[in-house]
Amino acid sequence: MAGLRARKRQRLLVVSVSLAAFILAVLTALLALGGDSLSLFLQPSDVSARVAAGDLKAGDRIRLGGLVAPGSVTREDVVTQFVITDCAATVTVRYAGLLPDLFKEGQGVVTEGIWQDGGAFTASSVLAKHDENYAPPGTLPDNPEACTHPESTYP
Amino acid sequence: MHYFANPTRFQRLMDILRPWVVGVMLAMLAYGLLAGTVFGPADRLQGESVRILYIHVPSAWMAMFIYVAIAAASFVALVWRHPLALIAARASAPIGAVFTLLALITGSLWGKPTWGTFWVWDGRLTSVLVLFFLYLGYMALWQALEDEEKAGRATSILALVGTVNIPIIKFSVDWWNTLHQPASVVRLDGPTIDPSMLWPLLAMGLAFKAYYVWVLFARMEALMDARRVQAAQLRAAQHAAGGAL
Repeated sequence: MAGLRARKRQRLLVVSVSLAAFILAVLTALLALGGDSLSLFLQPSDVSARVAAGDLKAGDRIRLGGLVAPGSVTREDVVTQFVITDCAATVTVRYAGLLPDLFKEGQGVVTEGIWQDGGAFTASSVLAKHDENYAPPGTLPDNPEACTHPESTYP
Repeated sequence: MHYFANPTRFQRLMDILRPWVVGVMLAMLAYGLLAGTVFGPADRLQGESVRILYIHVPSAWMAMFIYVAIAAASFVALVWRHPLALIAARASAPIGAVFTLLALITGSLWGKPTWGTFWVWDGRLTSVLVLFFLYLGYMALWQALEDEEKAGRATSILALVGTVNIPIIKFSVDWWNTLHQPASVVRLDGPTIDPSMLWPLLAMGLAFKAYYVWVLFARMEALMDARRVQAAQLRAAQHAAGGAL
């Protein structure tokens, strides 16, 4: 019976160590090598950095996300213009089309569109990003001040 | 654990627990559904559509919970070779797959009115879809290998390898920019969901867990019965062969 117990202990060691090693390896690879490419969208600061590095050229299709800056939304016919901010940088977005119900100043959005010269961005789609707060009406401010949101505090 | 590895003892344990499990499930389901969808408040931004939360979130919790249960049982099966652990893992898989599908479908139906889209390939949605495929692969592998012992070992290894996806699902919303919002309940600085919604949600989570245990018991009984029938048939065949000699 001693042999059986030793075999079990050995199996425990082999299975635990190989499992831990495998999980560590995959997560390290994802976080170290995957990085930004696994994100759904860029934020205004990422866009500024890419423009500065020459990685983002006119005509490139990107997804851009962040908070809709309070007081920045203007409408002209079917075209809506607003500013997306991550509290460190901003991009002005033009969009012709229907906006989701949750589109609001101070709330998150994810847009997709074409980057143009001179920092203009024309979106072909706008999705609303809900935050992690759930509350009955009247218990939380409807329009939180921009850049007080935990998600918007970027380094 | 070793004590209940005996099928007869485990059968007795199941028989004792079952009425309690069903009782908890019914009570929590009644409270959670009524307090959440009938008497509970709507959301300040989403309005009434927030109520799909009471199905979507518990389903997503179960999708991950059951996968972890399968992985834990597979670990026990690989190291200590308890046949019951293998039966528990195998019996859990279809339940987990259904909850994952439910989370994906309800999430999609919720996404359209809130985000403006049924689907987007962000870190959270994609990693949950991968989880669904892992469940399907796990079940397919059980079917594909005829030798039960080999199938048990192969599926256990697959289940353990797949656990790497669980932290990816959980932290996808923190590691990468996603359309899906960050965690509202299980987070370091406490829930960001109003207590009037949180309690019914937690009750639904408990109800779903009790449902899992209830169905798991039934599926495990069926698998154990199938084994007994197989063993009896084998004995009968051997007996017949012996008689013919």
